[in-house]
Amino acid sequence: MAEIKQIVMPGDLISEELGKPRNGVYKNSDGKYCSSYFGIIQKNEQGVDIVPFSGRYVPRRGDKVIGKVLEVGPSMWPIDINSTYNTLLHMNDTPWRTTSGDIKRFLGVGDYVYAKVMTLNEIKESWITLKDVGLRKLEGGHITSIPAPKVPRIIGKGGSMVNMIKDATNTRIVVGQNGLIWIDGTPEDVIEAIAAISIVEQEAHTVGLTDRMEKYLKERSVK
Amino acid sequence: MPRDALGVLSEIKRSFITKQLKEGKRGDGRGVLDFREASITTNYVPRAAGSAMVQLGKTRVLAGVKIESGEPFPDTPNSGVLTTNVELLPMAFPTFEAGPPNETSIEIARVVDRGIRESKMIDTQKLVIEPGKKVWIVFVDINIMDFDGNLIDACTLAAVSALRTAYIPASKEGGKDMPLPVDQIPVSVTMVKIGDEIVCDPDLEEEQLGSARLTVTTTEDGHIRAMQKGDSGSFTLDEIKKAIKISSDTGAALRKKYFS
Repeated sequence: MAEIKQIVMPGDLISEELGKPRNGVYKNSDGKYCSSYFGIIQKNEQGVDIVPFSGRYVPRRGDKVIGKVLEVGPSMWPIDINSTYNTLLHMNDTPWRTTSGDIKRFLGVGDYVYAKVMTLNEIKESWITLKDVGLRKLEGGHITSIPAPKVPRIIGKGGSMVNMIKDATNTRIVVGQNGLIWIDGTPEDVIEAIAAISIVEQEAHTVGLTDRMEKYLKERSVK
Repeated sequence: MPRDALGVLSEIKRSFITKQLKEGKRGDGRGVLDFREASITTNYVPRAAGSAMVQLGKTRVLAGVKIESGEPFPDTPNSGVLTTNVELLPMAFPTFEAGPPNETSIEIARVVDRGIRESKMIDTQKLVIEPGKKVWIVFVDINIMDFDGNLIDACTLAAVSALRTAYIPASKEGGKDMPLPVDQIPVSVTMVKIGDEIVCDPDLEEEQLGSARLTVTTTEDGHIRAMQKGDSGSFTLDEIKKAIKISSDTGAALRKKYFS
């Protein structure tokens, strides 16, 4: 079994030598730093983060997410982005020429969009927009999902992991920051890519995953 | 059966799965009649009379057996009692709530119970301590830990595995502990109809897509021991005949794989 990163439980002490405490770290009454999640310790130049093993997506402004249309209103679409609240997409925030009451022909219930978080309020209710480069309604392909905190692992350093999976399985992949992943290609390739993504998800806490995935994908392509 | 947490099925998934079915394949790469790989851990709960944890794909159920002495029903004074109960734990799925049994859990419990009862898996005549006064009561409690479709088959697998390892605590009644008398092995096979295709062991998405569901429980001798049709769609007569054939063939393969 590969070497794994340090796993912490809520309340476990985090050594101050690791660096500046960031997301998922709190100070207890003794002034010591503790983890607030069940997850792994992630250390980088800026400081130390706790990456939880599971959890919902917490929206941030500017994030590109994949959402599912739940309903069609007169001028808005309520959209599920795997967050604690459903988000809203207003017809004026789309690239289409819409008129109120007739927005169903652009997006129907069950459709997916690749959108950007536009505004956020204090309790993380959000509004999204489709007005930016690359944002669109997703058509064809297949959707899979992973816990939102593991998204950085799927993307890898500078997109290394997702690009590797794309090249090896010959698919087009769009990763939303909220953990939804859209994959397009032949059905066999899509199933291959989903298998690869689920391995990354399950082994997200191990060290040297990119190298092992490279080996795994090479072995698969030989077959 | 429970729907997606928000009750909205994705268009992309729907078209992917139906497109794959036209090619004779499934959304997750399985063949149309293939079951997901099941892992069965018996004696999972050491303090129970018998228990089994079954993982079928991502669906996970835990069955426990408790055997107590008690009074028989007045109309069947010479046979023991079997009761099955299914609990949908809230942690298994967003729409599952704690509280009294609902339609879904009662349906699962009754189909599992029917399969075990009508196959004469347990010889209830042998569970009598004192005719008309004291018999062994077998409780089968099934907890759903994780839900990803096909609860009925997972629960039947778990209940049967747990009963096979169960023992009667006869030492409490001045006898000697003995294994529960088990004879036949019922295996249920659930199928859903998506378009005109019949697929076995549906996962969550396929269950949502399916228009109709049919469960057939068979035993080794090929007899049908329980049947249950669900959802609002319909099956033609030929489809039912085909489904019965599928279930006895697939059931035999499952029995060989997990119970021999």
